[in-house]
Amino acid sequence: MLHGYAGTILRIHLTDGRIEKEPLPADLAESYIGGRGFVARLLFDEIEPDIDPCGEKNMFIAATGPLTGHFLPASGKTHFGSKSPATGGYADSNMGGHFGPALKYAGYDAVVLTGKATELSYLLIDDDTVKIRPAEKSRTKGALTAERMLKDDLGDGFQVITIGPAGENGVRFACISHDFGRQAGRTGIGLVLGAKNIKAVAVRGTGGLPVFDVEGAYAKGKEAFAKVRAKPGFKGWTPEGTAGLTNWANEVGAFPTRNFQTSYAEHYRQINGRAILDRLKITDKGCSLCPTPCGKYGFTKTALGRAHVEGPEFETIALFGGNCVLETIEDVAYANYVCDELGLDTISAGVVAAWAIECFEKGILTESQIGRGISFGDLESIVYLLEKTAHRDGIGDLLAQGVKAASESVGKGSEHFAIQVKGLEWTGYECRNAPSMMLAYLTSDIGAHHGRAWVLGHDVAGSWSSVHDLIVAGGAKEKPPKGMVTERSADYVIHSQHERPLFDALGTCRLQLMELGFEGEHYAELYTLITGKQKTWDQLLAVSEKIWHLTRVFNAREIKHFGRSSDYPPRRLCDDPITSGPNEGYRIPMEDIEFLLDAYYAARGWDANGIPTEATLKRVGLQDVVAPLKRLGILT
Amino acid sequence: MELQTVHDKCSGCATCRLACALENFREVKPSLAVLRIEGRFPAPGDYRIHVCDQCGACAEICPEEAIHQTDSGVFLIDEDTCTGCLVCVAECPYDVIVVRGNAPAPIKCTLCGACAVACPRDAILLTQ
Repeated sequence: MLHGYAGTILRIHLTDGRIEKEPLPADLAESYIGGRGFVARLLFDEIEPDIDPCGEKNMFIAATGPLTGHFLPASGKTHFGSKSPATGGYADSNMGGHFGPALKYAGYDAVVLTGKATELSYLLIDDDTVKIRPAEKSRTKGALTAERMLKDDLGDGFQVITIGPAGENGVRFACISHDFGRQAGRTGIGLVLGAKNIKAVAVRGTGGLPVFDVEGAYAKGKEAFAKVRAKPGFKGWTPEGTAGLTNWANEVGAFPTRNFQTSYAEHYRQINGRAILDRLKITDKGCSLCPTPCGKYGFTKTALGRAHVEGPEFETIALFGGNCVLETIEDVAYANYVCDELGLDTISAGVVAAWAIECFEKGILTESQIGRGISFGDLESIVYLLEKTAHRDGIGDLLAQGVKAASESVGKGSEHFAIQVKGLEWTGYECRNAPSMMLAYLTSDIGAHHGRAWVLGHDVAGSWSSVHDLIVAGGAKEKPPKGMVTERSADYVIHSQHERPLFDALGTCRLQLMELGFEGEHYAELYTLITGKQKTWDQLLAVSEKIWHLTRVFNAREIKHFGRSSDYPPRRLCDDPITSGPNEGYRIPMEDIEFLLDAYYAARGWDANGIPTEATLKRVGLQDVVAPLKRLGILT
Repeated sequence: MELQTVHDKCSGCATCRLACALENFREVKPSLAVLRIEGRFPAPGDYRIHVCDQCGACAEICPEEAIHQTDSGVFLIDEDTCTGCLVCVAECPYDVIVVRGNAPAPIKCTLCGACAVACPRDAILLTQ
């Protein structure tokens, strides 16, 4: 018995309807922990190189970790993975909520989908019962609407994930939606599900999980909850959740605004966490076992309509409130709601919409091409673009490709301000005075995402212990100095790239550590008590390091001409000085980018082109991938 | 003693349910919890906590008179007398009496208070 785990991988071959239940391999659990680790290893081993991300040969994986569903703070994470339609490389995206725990209580650590269902379908997983059922009546329905429809049919005891029209229609930044407002938004993971003709997955689990030392784990879990509650951030962070970053991000000049032309939005106090509490919020909405709920569920009223909506959280505030310059929290929340129903990632959608508006302003896209005039700050323009995109109607067919492909198609210099790395749109932190955070974005394995490393605190404050501490300290009173470009950035980034994604393998949320400063060693103790495997935090971090190298070589295998240039930022972030705010005038020129990448590759044990060396792969325990990579010419 | 609920504080995390199962059965198995969290989404967009308020409806309906109230006001199921007819499960007005696998008797709240201790939101309180 594998303590901590459910013990089974559920494999569903959608083309012929075969359902197999495979014992979870003990060596997979030991060597890759779970969640992101399972995703990375299964993808590397089981998909052929060069397959179409939207084809039958791609895999869709939903994976939990050993801590998912257990008694400890915020143990409700689910990790989804596949080959990415957005980047062509490694994809994973995780979400909170209650789906992952339900999956484990039903008896499964992971679900692996291959092939393609013959008709639009949903998966029913009710403990031992697994069925593929028709979902035609929910075709074209919004992701939130489809969840309600399915729960009305099955009962609220089921945990449900859905996709919206965007996932059905082939949008490369389609997301997965869950629990009326949690999303796995990134890498086009919702499109992979849609391409498999799967509209939804419904899970009910009534079983239990084996624990190595249940008395010890229960006692340690109680202690962990108590320690989280004792952190200053428990009371300071929780009321506003991630939206509480809005003031700070503006005070330090890191808030993407007007398609990253600047890093400061003058109206930020109209779209911050306080505005949510004052004008939108109905209830805090937490993920499974979370003591510090980020979710703020509310109701918004705008000129375009009214809606119940979860959020907006910081990322959505940054990309719609800053980047698209929506000036009220009501408008930001409404754009959030429209994305949620359409099944669009709010981050990518906010970057794509802003790019389209700048193209229109510069005459690169015309009114006749777009179908109307569009402008920053105008909710009607934004919603128009979102709906066109989700249905791939008119201009939406171009925008549905994401900014990299869209700008390459349009040309005329629009690539310069297509804000992405590797084909994934940039998230809510502007980095032209934050070299460490810049490096984190450039080297993230899924593209420009902050989830793999968040090191902005080093750039802004030097030493820091939690995001809550940074917020309390606030921004500089005078203009901040130009961010120092040094080798130390590589060390900060690498440490964070091991620490944050480790939570994605363990199957629990990192926010208690990152935002509140709850120490990682507690998770190692819980892991040992729950699984019976003795591992220190450093030993767990070593597994996370191995996974990092594995996703890098997966990208090298899958993305044509992958290498150093795949880690380059969009030229705007090197060439164009920030136009206003605390960091006005700052940029990170390309020679500094090259310096940062050199330092990072050297510290990683990668060659000058950013490919892990044979010695490095062997050092981290990936000797078995060397031969297949040599056969493909990726390693020499 | 009784459990009091503050619905507006609940965030739906269900820590209470896992604590209930662990405290009483030492199992990581929330289906054994004898309290429920109802999320009402998308509208009105809130949570309702359903706990046993020791109303005694189960004792009244039990054909075997297997449910008795203690001096402290808690209704407990006498497993030796219970025949497993499960009438109480069906009739509980809060739907918080639960069948436990193949065990002969269902389970109900014993007012242990583990849910109140575990709730990170102070949405469940054990009061005198």
